[in-house]
Amino acid sequence: MMKRFVMTVLAAATVLLSGCGYNTLQRTDEQIKAAWSEVVNQYQRRADLIPNLVEVVKGFAAQEQAVLLGVTNARAKVGSIQATPELINDPQAFARFQQAQGELSAALSRLLVVVEQYPQLKSDQNFRDLSAEVAGTENRVAVARNRYVKAVQEYNVVVRQFPSNLTAMLFGFKEKSQFTVENEKEISKAPKVDFGKPAPQSPGGAPSGTK
Amino acid sequence: MMPHALPRALLAAALLFPPAYTAAEIAVPPLKARVTDLTATLTSDQRAALEQKLAALEARKGSQVAVLLVPTTLPETVEQYAIRVFDQWKLGRKGMDDGVLLLVAKNDRKLRIEVGYGLEGAIPDAIARRVMDEDIVPLFKRGNFYGGISAGTDRVSKLIEGESMPPPKHTTAPGSGWSTETFFIGFIILAMASQLLHSLLGRFLGAGVAGIAAGIVGYVLAGLTAAVIIGFFAFVISLFIGATGRHGSGWSSGGDWSSGGGNWSSGGGGFSGGGGSSGGGGASGSW
Repeated sequence: MMKRFVMTVLAAATVLLSGCGYNTLQRTDEQIKAAWSEVVNQYQRRADLIPNLVEVVKGFAAQEQAVLLGVTNARAKVGSIQATPELINDPQAFARFQQAQGELSAALSRLLVVVEQYPQLKSDQNFRDLSAEVAGTENRVAVARNRYVKAVQEYNVVVRQFPSNLTAMLFGFKEKSQFTVENEKEISKAPKVDFGKPAPQSPGGAPSGTK
Repeated sequence: MMPHALPRALLAAALLFPPAYTAAEIAVPPLKARVTDLTATLTSDQRAALEQKLAALEARKGSQVAVLLVPTTLPETVEQYAIRVFDQWKLGRKGMDDGVLLLVAKNDRKLRIEVGYGLEGAIPDAIARRVMDEDIVPLFKRGNFYGGISAGTDRVSKLIEGESMPPPKHTTAPGSGWSTETFFIGFIILAMASQLLHSLLGRFLGAGVAGIAAGIVGYVLAGLTAAVIIGFFAFVISLFIGATGRHGSGWSSGGDWSSGGGNWSSGGGGFSGGGGSSGGGGASGSW
């Protein structure tokens, strides 16, 4: 008799807890953490590639001081922000992280545009390999961000939907920061090339007439 | 006329464009073979030759390499489309992620080598780029698509051969493990069948039949040793289930049992992904 009662209570508790979304909250929360580590991982990989890339470009296009400096500075700024797992729970820190990474993306794409003017650099095997790695990493970042966005979306729906929102409130699960739309646009925007005026500080003879 | 036209148009639109696809994205074709050609570029002999080489690679190394030719990937970029295809096809073994996709968007003159997580060491982006620039693109430029694809997959195969990978496992159904669900479903089927058999044959004999039947299913799925173990446990469990009560004569659904078993043995023919994934590694190019 007693045993049956205990079993009933246990069964009821299981049904109630899984029915109110507690398990889903745990699962989606864990998914976000995994997705976020992948994002950070790929950003880190990109940051690690940059010093080498800058070195190689310097060897052929040292006169592009401004652009190279821009990349180095953006890289330094990214490095100064600690990408801890807590970051996703702090909207402001998250925004700062996003901004820094976005600036680095912009600086990098400027560099890759400038590089177009140096055929010798472009045919250098070392540079080709490095730029393939950078391009691959940019794509990995895009994929990782996309997966993070999906994971957060799934989680946020659970947190806001009835009745799981009550469970979320009870256990202190809060909505997570999403990659903002404006930012998304800025990052995925192709670099603008203005053919109207000559590129600033472009060197005298070498690059003209090439593509 | 007018009041009806709009709803009808909306309905037609809803039917034509399922809401799951936000823009007019190119659908990912189902994975049926290692070489999927939606552009009718390759002859059936060429396709068979590629298939054979890639199948041999999988037999040796366990890694899955697939080729997909589409007319275009627009409005998506070749990278975005490639990752969607990879996500759906799940090339490479589960946990090993040793799959590679060679995607050719013929009208866009773009191609991509998408590398699964597990092969990023054997085929780093820079190497993927070289395979493209050195082996594939020169031939594509001359219009020799088969030559380019063949040379590309050969080099990719060679790179995979150089990587030490766990040998392929010979399982009956690729990617099917003994998941909790399998046991759970098996248990429910056993419980239902036991009730029926007990009411028909008596407790001991019924449990015996259930045990033998479970053993046969186990033999089909997993081999002799597993069959003996499964059969024995099914017998014991069936005996135990019968002890709780005997109101089994009403189970008209007992006939479902055999069809439930039949579902498991599917997945023998054709080609399917092993459950691998990619994080966007590889390289893209154009010709």
